[in-house]
Amino acid sequence: MTAAQKTAALTIEGLRVSIGGHDVLHGVDLTLEAGRVHGLAGESGSGKTMTGLAVLGLLPHGSRASGRIAFGGRDLLEMPARELNEVRGAKIAMVFQDPATSLHPMLTVERQLTEHMRHHLGIGRKDARERAAALLAKVRIPGPEEALKRYPHQFSGGMRQRIAIAVALACEPEVLIADEPTTALDVTVQAGILRLLRGLCDDLGLAVLLVTHDLGVMSAVADEVSVMKDGLVVETGPRGRVLREPRHPYTRSLLDALPVPPGENSP
Amino acid sequence: MRSPLARFLVRRILTALLLAVGITLITFVLTNLVPGDPVAANLGQRAVGDPAIVAQWRADHGLDRPLPQQYLMHLEGLLHGDLGTSQQSHRPVLDDLAESVPATLELAGAAILVSLILGVGFGVVAALRRDRLSDHVLRVLSLIGISVPTFWLALVAFYVFFFRLQVTPGSGRIDPGMTPPPQVTGLYTVDALLSGRWDVFSSAIGHLAAPALVLALYTIGLLTRFTRSAVLEVLGQDYVRAARAKGLPGRVVLFRYVLRPALVPVITVAGLAFGSLLSGTVLVEAVFAWPGVGQYAYKSATTLDLPAVMGVGLVVGVVYLVINLVVDVLYGVIDPRVRVS
Ligand SMILES: Nc1ncnc2c1ncn2[C@@H]1O[C@H](COP(=O)(O)OP(=O)(O)OP(=O)(O)O)[C@@H](O)[C@H]1O
Ligand SMILES: [Mg+2]
Repeated sequence: MTAAQKTAALTIEGLRVSIGGHDVLHGVDLTLEAGRVHGLAGESGSGKTMTGLAVLGLLPHGSRASGRIAFGGRDLLEMPARELNEVRGAKIAMVFQDPATSLHPMLTVERQLTEHMRHHLGIGRKDARERAAALLAKVRIPGPEEALKRYPHQFSGGMRQRIAIAVALACEPEVLIADEPTTALDVTVQAGILRLLRGLCDDLGLAVLLVTHDLGVMSAVADEVSVMKDGLVVETGPRGRVLREPRHPYTRSLLDALPVPPGENSP
Repeated sequence: MRSPLARFLVRRILTALLLAVGITLITFVLTNLVPGDPVAANLGQRAVGDPAIVAQWRADHGLDRPLPQQYLMHLEGLLHGDLGTSQQSHRPVLDDLAESVPATLELAGAAILVSLILGVGFGVVAALRRDRLSDHVLRVLSLIGISVPTFWLALVAFYVFFFRLQVTPGSGRIDPGMTPPPQVTGLYTVDALLSGRWDVFSSAIGHLAAPALVLALYTIGLLTRFTRSAVLEVLGQDYVRAARAKGLPGRVVLFRYVLRPALVPVITVAGLAFGSLLSGTVLVEAVFAWPGVGQYAYKSATTLDLPAVMGVGLVVGVVYLVINLVVDVLYGVIDPRVRVS
């Protein structure tokens, strides 16, 4: 698959989610394409995270989801738990907002990097370790062999997020959902992570959903942009169009709130 | 020695040894602070009236020397396994303890084992079945376990199961007619197994079951509650969601990602709960006529048998020390972040 080919890797149609009887998503539509980064913006509480979690069936206790999430000809919402487990981590992977809390503090990097590889790919410990070291090198962790033996607290925040990305990429997924992967990191580290994601997307033909409420980040890496408000996608389209000629008043107000007009600092 | 875990273990064990010396000092000072004259408690009415006898008695027991010297004598004795002679039984305290300590260890050990298995097991089940029927049932049961006073439960259990229903054997550690198994560990169940005496083993287990369960009930309830909330807390952590996002099977997520961090607060509570479980043995031993340290301590304290009281204090102190050491070591084994500090 090349980046030029436009293939819908994942389609979300009319996704509704309620948590404990309270509606949080009111019919979200989104399409992710292979080799493209789809930016998802929107204010806090608009439902970005819930959209991502719904894809993997990881909604909080007491949630209900309806609508359709089409992936590989199947509806993920209808999929039995066992089959969904074979999609999670293997075909669709996720990176979470806070690298300090999304890696297990008591397990070595090797364990967290190889466990699902061995499970999904059925490879042995030695092969898995080799792959893991190669992955760490790919996300530019210095001394990958040594790093495998260490624990998350022995790395900086930016490194941890790179490790989390390596974990997500370990089984060569087709779709990567990155939920605000750089919010917890400082600006210089942020740029590195975003470049990494962009590169992976181009090189591996990965379909990326990049959740962020930072339109600056968005303009730097996204191909498509969607904007959410109150559990609905209010605007979606190519980055240039959405950021330069927003059609929805809400998108415009988000843009007005930016110190530097987007597009002027795009790569 | 190079691994952080090994260094951590050595440090903890050295600290424990130091604390053990501290315990000998504390038991010594405490027993010397008690208001009450051992002379009056140990000599008859007539003898107390005779200064010569009293002086002789005090000299015999080293009570006429200055306190620091008494402590050093005490410490030197300890190093030779000499805990003094019980003023009550006129036997070495060590021999008395050698009989009563294993009895209590067997009782408390069984209670601890049962409460760990059931308490943690129930807690995990309740958390995983959150808000369903089994969760509600377990929560009510654990509340009952925590609320019922142990001494009352012991009396009721003894009355109902022994006198009324006759489903449990009576008091003591084995059936009255039976000879105890040859002593290896002093734990009748273990010794019976070691010597292949199945009849003794089943009798010992039968006698152990009721008092151990009575003793364990509070801890089972407590651990159920703490385990439930600890597991729920961990289930809400990002790293568990991340583990699920990796598509690992539920049991792998539970055993590798959830239980390990959830056990940290549970271990803390368990360590504290086992302390109170030990004090519960005094009452339970009394009700079930279990010839353990609790009974011995009660007898020695009420007769101001100082060497015996010191011996018991030492044993109890060391047991607490061991519990704390185990808790500390478990922290280090479970959580790599603890090892560095
Ligand atoms: N565990 C939960 N239980 C109940 N409601 C929740 C839960 N988590 C989130 N919500 C609600 O769901 C809605 C959407 O939340 P979501 O986390 O998806 O927002 P978001 O767009 O990711 O916001 P942010 O930018 O702050 O991460 C919010 O109204 C929030 O209050
Ligand atoms: Mg969010």
